[in-house]
Amino acid sequence: MKFRILLASAALISFWSARPALALDGAPFIHDPSTVVWCDGKYYTYGTGGGGLMSEDGWTWTNGAVRPGGGAAPDVIHIGERYYVAYASTGGGLGGGHAGAIHVMWTKTLDPKSPDFGFKDNNIVASSDGVEDCDAIDPSFLLDPTDGRLWLTYGTYFGFIRLVELDPKTGTRLPGNEALNVAIDCEATDLIYRDGWYYLLGTHGTCCDGANSTYNIRVGRSRKVTGPYLDNIGQDMLQGGGKLVVAASGRVTGPGHFGLMDLGDGVQKFSCHYEADLDRGGRSVLDIRPLLWKDGWPVAGDNFKEGTYQIQSERSGYALELAVDFVRMAGGRGGFGGFGGRGRGGPPGGTNAPGTNAFGGGPPGGGFGFGGGPRGGGPITPIASQTLAQVSSNWPAGNIDLRLGDFMFRPHQEWTITPVAGAGGYPGSPYFKITIAGTDRALAATADAEVVTVPAFSGAPEQLWRIDQLTDGTYRIMPKAVPNSSEPLVLTAVGASTPTLAKFDPSSDKGRWNFRMP
Amino acid sequence: MNLLRKIAVTVFAVPTVFAFQSHSAEAEAPARSLAPYFAPATSSPKAPDNEGFIQRWLLLEPIKKPIRSNTLFTDTWVRSNLTTEYFPDQFTVVPHNGDKVTVAGDELAWHALDSANYNVKLFRFAYGLNKQTYGVLFWAVTVVDSPREMKNVRLAVGSNSASMWWVNGKEAVDLFGDRRMVADDCVSKRLTLNQGRNVIRGAVINGPGLSDFCVRFIDENGQPVKDLTVNLEDSGK
Repeated sequence: MKFRILLASAALISFWSARPALALDGAPFIHDPSTVVWCDGKYYTYGTGGGGLMSEDGWTWTNGAVRPGGGAAPDVIHIGERYYVAYASTGGGLGGGHAGAIHVMWTKTLDPKSPDFGFKDNNIVASSDGVEDCDAIDPSFLLDPTDGRLWLTYGTYFGFIRLVELDPKTGTRLPGNEALNVAIDCEATDLIYRDGWYYLLGTHGTCCDGANSTYNIRVGRSRKVTGPYLDNIGQDMLQGGGKLVVAASGRVTGPGHFGLMDLGDGVQKFSCHYEADLDRGGRSVLDIRPLLWKDGWPVAGDNFKEGTYQIQSERSGYALELAVDFVRMAGGRGGFGGFGGRGRGGPPGGTNAPGTNAFGGGPPGGGFGFGGGPRGGGPITPIASQTLAQVSSNWPAGNIDLRLGDFMFRPHQEWTITPVAGAGGYPGSPYFKITIAGTDRALAATADAEVVTVPAFSGAPEQLWRIDQLTDGTYRIMPKAVPNSSEPLVLTAVGASTPTLAKFDPSSDKGRWNFRMP
Repeated sequence: MNLLRKIAVTVFAVPTVFAFQSHSAEAEAPARSLAPYFAPATSSPKAPDNEGFIQRWLLLEPIKKPIRSNTLFTDTWVRSNLTTEYFPDQFTVVPHNGDKVTVAGDELAWHALDSANYNVKLFRFAYGLNKQTYGVLFWAVTVVDSPREMKNVRLAVGSNSASMWWVNGKEAVDLFGDRRMVADDCVSKRLTLNQGRNVIRGAVINGPGLSDFCVRFIDENGQPVKDLTVNLEDSGK
């Protein structure tokens, strides 16, 4: 399993923490968000207390989603022509009690302006009496992809997390179904399925204490939906086990209420709330982050952070670079100082025709290679890195093609990646511009589905880039638009040394990239 | 560490070659041959191999090209030196087996050959003909027959070392820098193969090292194009 999180250099963290966080844009204020779902051109999520958020691109969020019933911590799932919404009307200590009730209702659309909008068949599917070891709040759906059965987990710290089965055609509890205990010591659970495993994610820690909330998301897994759910050391979640998925970081604390967003093509993200975003006055906010998988376990990734990077092909390990002359830098002849003085002149006459071979006739020591290095303990002095000014004077003024070259820390391989304000985004991130560091020369998609650099960034859609971290930790890079094309295309290493735009193939490394600090 | 490899070849291989030559003068070393790396091209059309690599080529005996180091191979240098005219009709001729050209006083012959491998081992071609092996420029031409017009295919090339390639007279893909041969290293932009005859032309330059190349077409999905044939019998037409 490839797993590369390449962003955690001390320098980058320092830089990152010094500027505003790239949390979601707009007004993403919510607590206990449901799974984010796509409906009729918008994303929706619902929170505690009624209402919810919606977004056209997954980056900028506003109020406007409508959910009747009030209560706490809803969840949503789309099955066929129905969007089922579950929520807890009571319990969770609301009003001091633990007598909870999980309701499920459905609507044909989540768009409150649609004539098809309207919730129907509000039924209670699970409850707690306030005395038993369970508090029926925080519901979450799983439609089992292996057999189409619909499951719902619920519960909080007051006793057990429980699992019940619903009828996917009606959203009602299956007759005779008995609730099954699957975990303790957590809340805001969610079930997901991947590669033969069922994963039960739950939120540990304290809720509802702003910047001091210790909420964190943990996970156990089982081969059966009914459990047992064990963590990475084999501890049962019924005994409090749970492997960490995500905790506080940067300027946000208390992640909770995991919800899976499977965007297809190997891109998975998850929604959660942070109990407190310190850059937003400590309010609770929605976030969407990449979901990575490491050795069969889900781990939170990080949305792409601006900075200056080299963009490395997962296929070849080569760096995305301008197709310009390689400019040699100082230090080319000193690496083998012990051989100093021989040079590459070689024996007169060389190996083939006298006078014509590359190796014939050169003056001893005057050729390339082993000569010239410091010998015998001479001073060792640093060699300055090559600068943009040293190499860019001969670059063409117009468009410059791209290629993949040996990975070096050279100016024609260094890209500054910056979010573009007001250009929109995608789930979790804004669009970025990608420019050669120190210049305005920008990466762009062309009308013939190739990539090129243009002399200056204009903000055109083909110069805006979406950067999604994939489940293996590498990244997919795609333009917001390709001229004359409606097909989503991504940056692809069609050859070991040749980039292009092509449809993303999740089974191939051709469309996977890493970002490395120069 | 390509540079080190090539330097090592230079430093350590040269005395070996001298020793061999000295020995051969005394003991009559076996005559050099193109076998087993090449066989004469036959009269029957030849399809690419199972991976789509084109194995039938007209190869020109190497042009001597003194090169101090492959570090010369910047984009500008390679383009300048590989687009220099060394012989008449260099960018248009589709030669016959045995045709000859004269370059800087050296008479060089074209050889129509089938490579035994997916890659065309230019070093072995030169060595087998008792020609200069290092500091050389090779020209290669082939004619590919396509059963139909094929849009959005790409010419995929690997070469040791730098090279330039043309399809039907248009520059298609360049491999600059001191390269080692990697299959599908550099790939052309999307292009169209004509129904019928298509001429592919390449120039490969190298200082020290085992010069070779491999060429195939790949389709929109990156899969090799295999329903092609190469027939050099009427190559001069």
